[in-house]
Amino acid sequence: MAVTERRAGSIDVESVRADFPILGRTPHGKKLVYLDSANTSQKPRQVIDTVSEYYREHNANLYRAVYELAEEATAMFETARLKLAAFIGAPDPTTVVFNRGTTESINLVANGWGRRFLKEGDEVLLTDMEHHSNIVPWQLVANATGAVLRYLPLTEEGSLDLTNLESLITERTKVLAVTGQSNVLGTLPPLKELASAAHAVGAVVVVDGAQLVPHNPVDVVDLGIDFLTISGHKMLGPTASGGLYGRRELLDAMDPFLGGGEMIMEVFPDHSTYKEPPHKFEAGTMNIAQEIGLAAAIDYLESLGMDAVREHEKQLTAYAIGRLEDAGAVVHGPKDVEVRGGAVSFWYRDIHPHDLAQVLDQEGVCVRASHHCAQILMRHLGVPATTRASFYVYNTTEDVDALVDALARAEAVFA
Amino acid sequence: MALDDIYKETILDHYKNPRNKRELPGAVVTCTKNNPLCGDEITVAANLEDGKLLEVAFEGAGCSISQSSASMMTESVGGKTVGDAMSLAADVRGMLAGEVEPDEDVFGDLVALKGVVKYPIRIKCAVLAWDVLQEAVSDGGAASGGAAH
Repeated sequence: MAVTERRAGSIDVESVRADFPILGRTPHGKKLVYLDSANTSQKPRQVIDTVSEYYREHNANLYRAVYELAEEATAMFETARLKLAAFIGAPDPTTVVFNRGTTESINLVANGWGRRFLKEGDEVLLTDMEHHSNIVPWQLVANATGAVLRYLPLTEEGSLDLTNLESLITERTKVLAVTGQSNVLGTLPPLKELASAAHAVGAVVVVDGAQLVPHNPVDVVDLGIDFLTISGHKMLGPTASGGLYGRRELLDAMDPFLGGGEMIMEVFPDHSTYKEPPHKFEAGTMNIAQEIGLAAAIDYLESLGMDAVREHEKQLTAYAIGRLEDAGAVVHGPKDVEVRGGAVSFWYRDIHPHDLAQVLDQEGVCVRASHHCAQILMRHLGVPATTRASFYVYNTTEDVDALVDALARAEAVFA
Repeated sequence: MALDDIYKETILDHYKNPRNKRELPGAVVTCTKNNPLCGDEITVAANLEDGKLLEVAFEGAGCSISQSSASMMTESVGGKTVGDAMSLAADVRGMLAGEVEPDEDVFGDLVALKGVVKYPIRIKCAVLAWDVLQEAVSDGGAASGGAAH
């Protein structure tokens, strides 16, 4: 597979851009300026070709069939698991469960671990900047078990307020579920510190890695976390790719989530026995093409180097914050790019985000305007919604300039 | 598609200078709904007598489409019978679905919303005020709705 050449420590963005066919689109006759990668990333031809080739050359269902195609498909799928495990620093590939991504992964942990082990009065500690996918599954499980949800508050700036951490992480805390990088503010919580505080009281640490994993070097052992969710479609992979990392002892102890074919050893009229992890959590026909496509995405990211990806986004984010503030926008979240990633939410001159995004669209600029599935955070910010620009490996400072130019157009319409 | 398909002068005028945007103390019917997609929120209050909407006012916050639609609505249904107002609401929905060609004499400023049909995601914004009105009068008294969608 062709990989992009790179200079040490930096990304050759022009050659990266040449790998993304969609960047040749010209919506409304304008150059496409895609600033919505926190929502879903675009896909390089290496991923598109891998998925296409899989369907053209290798398509078969996994494991059971005794013929060459099925053996190829199985080998490709299991190779993808090895790659994803290595990408997040998991030494044991059986700790990586494939599924559709973060939402399914958190539901898996909340149901498989939470329903099994949470009892009345136990506490699940979340934060005020969680995505709904890291809130609602816990609410459902809390309703079923009598567990109580607590929330770590935020500082004015939009970082986690850890001043009262000791009063919130207590003997009653059984789960700490926290985002690795806020999808709205870009905030990077101090995961190691949080994991250590949670482990000191025996709590399990679940990290929503939907935004963390695509944009930062990640090592689950170094972070000392118990579960990490991965959304492949936000890291150049196909939609419905990704999965869950879980410490093996926890995966062994917890219940399956979805029942069905392929996850069982033996089925009796009144009970079944299950396979070992990860297969215990992989019921039914899996997202084979998607995970194989994700493996190609991981190859692509590793060819760039995750340190270089992070550095590239730091530079773009700093540039964007500066230009947006100069243009009169209020940027939410921390301003220091050392403690934040490249999702930049802002409020511009009292133009409603929906109206703003509509005008930007006419200029070929794709941003997200919504509550970003973080209504608790929106209440903290005191806004109904924000406009969010988010960056990835194919974005340039020219994209930021196009965004700022388009803001002026919006102001002309609504002033 | 061009920007002025959706952001017509009339819409921007109603957004920047909303009509009947005020409290209506002692209103006979009132209802609030929000569009969780974008955080639009609209409260409609009206005075009813003998099946006629005497006075219709709104309050709220949101995007230009939701707020201008509310403003235009208060002007167009004030003085109408509930039946006529609901019939107009059905026609506005039909226009936004691309199924009803608006009669300019009946629609007045509301014709300006026709361009929203090309922007499917914004139709919910345009319809919100009409949903609130419909719920307010169908309850026939004080009501407070939840999320519209």
